[in-house]
Amino acid sequence: MEAKQINPNIDRSEKVISIRGLKKAFDDFEVLRGVDLDLYKGENLVVLGRSGTGKSVLIKIISGLLQADEGTVNVLGKEVSGLKPREMDALRLKIGFSFQNSALYDSMTVRENLEFPLERHAKHMTEAEREDTIQYVLEAVGLSQAINQMPSELSGGQRKRIGIARTLILKPDIMLYDEPTAGLDPITCIEINSLINEVQEKFNTSSIIITHDLTCARAVGDRIVMLLDGQFQREGTFEEVFDSNDERVQSFYNYNFID
Amino acid sequence: MDLDKNKPGAAPARRRYVTTRRLDRIFVELAKVYRFNARFFKEVWFPPYEFREIIKQCYEIGVRSLPLISLTGFIIGIVFTNQSRPSLADFGATSLLPALISVAIIRAIGPLVTALIAAGRVGSAIGAELGSMRVTEQIDAMEVSATNPFKFLVVTRVLASTLMIPALTMFTTLVSLLGGYLNVHQNELTSLSVFFYQVFDAITFLDIIASSVKSVIFGFTIGMVGCYKGYNSSKGTEGVGKAANSSVVTAMFLIFIEELLIMQVINTIRAF
Repeated sequence: MEAKQINPNIDRSEKVISIRGLKKAFDDFEVLRGVDLDLYKGENLVVLGRSGTGKSVLIKIISGLLQADEGTVNVLGKEVSGLKPREMDALRLKIGFSFQNSALYDSMTVRENLEFPLERHAKHMTEAEREDTIQYVLEAVGLSQAINQMPSELSGGQRKRIGIARTLILKPDIMLYDEPTAGLDPITCIEINSLINEVQEKFNTSSIIITHDLTCARAVGDRIVMLLDGQFQREGTFEEVFDSNDERVQSFYNYNFID
Repeated sequence: MDLDKNKPGAAPARRRYVTTRRLDRIFVELAKVYRFNARFFKEVWFPPYEFREIIKQCYEIGVRSLPLISLTGFIIGIVFTNQSRPSLADFGATSLLPALISVAIIRAIGPLVTALIAAGRVGSAIGAELGSMRVTEQIDAMEVSATNPFKFLVVTRVLASTLMIPALTMFTTLVSLLGGYLNVHQNELTSLSVFFYQVFDAITFLDIIASSVKSVIFGFTIGMVGCYKGYNSSKGTEGVGKAANSSVVTAMFLIFIEELLIMQVINTIRAF
């Protein structure tokens, strides 16, 4: 398991996402209890944590799918909670969201899945330009041959790749990955990790990667934060995060690498 | 509260609490249904109009339902005619069969049977499709890619259903009348032209209008119920099954209520 070389192009002076005092509860269960987070331009930030700790809730709040109970979420200089629907849509075009189960549209082929956002948000493009864009993103994820297949004909890893291609097609500034390696075999996990790093380089994106897979965290993260009891308790490089006597941190590490 | 508990005949606190929660849930649900409908009427007028998806859904709802609707309509026409004959024969009035078939099928059976079949076929399909899209996060995926999923999924399906059910009703009515004709012709040797002359002689313009309006309302109900149940489904695959099932049950229930209400309104108009 090789640790990632920190991206030298990270611009620490520019925050693309800035979260302060974020709280979110479902009924009586408080999932996020005052989260503070910054994502810098060009950075891959990994959010680690056990299942049910609110990792996915965090990125759903960033993308406007869920509303925060308290706190501020600033994305690309805009306060998410105060945006009107049209402004939210404009912001969403700059955010790519890769879902845990890929969320490909079942009734459409791969080509139609990729055309779907283009038809709505790139109306100025000619037919040839659209075709080129589709081919470009498919090549970027290494699946040009799957263009006419249905999502049901693809493997889990291929679905993940097409899901990422669909988010890349509108050239977002920020990528949000929800459990990118969940349910995949180790070889495919390595391929997806490489893809995440390639996306960062080729498309110059800033990303938040939600995972509980430490191999993934180490392979893609420029910086890692660990969500424990609804707050970020640890932050730094992989080694810095796990250089701790905290029993919860140690058990998380041991579960991944020893058990 | 504690004093109430001691009053003779007062409901135990827990039962009262459960009843209040149930009532709360009913009102919350009604509010959600109202908002869902209001959102449809708000969004249907504004672009983008998603014509391609509307045409696709019209094909799914209309063309794909034709074989089932045709067969059912035809058989109902034959059976209804056959079962009605003995009663009329007792009064020596079998010549009134075309008129009876006409009134029964055009006024009630055609729209009702079409709506019930469509509720089973189309309502469950919409509920299951949208429910599955909800639990597999496909609706969320549309939303985060700045596409309005309500407009793309709900508005298109409700419009297609509202347009196609009246068309299917007309077709069912025609096929049922043909079934009736076949039976009448077999027994009374009535010609096609005489049969249809008697059929149209027995109905009024109001019957056609009422039947059309009814089928538009049924179509809207089927589309809206299927979309509402599917769009708001949860709890994984179990939720998808429930969405499909409750789409059919709720749509059928509402169709019967609407049939009853519309019948009363039409009869009142007829009385004038």
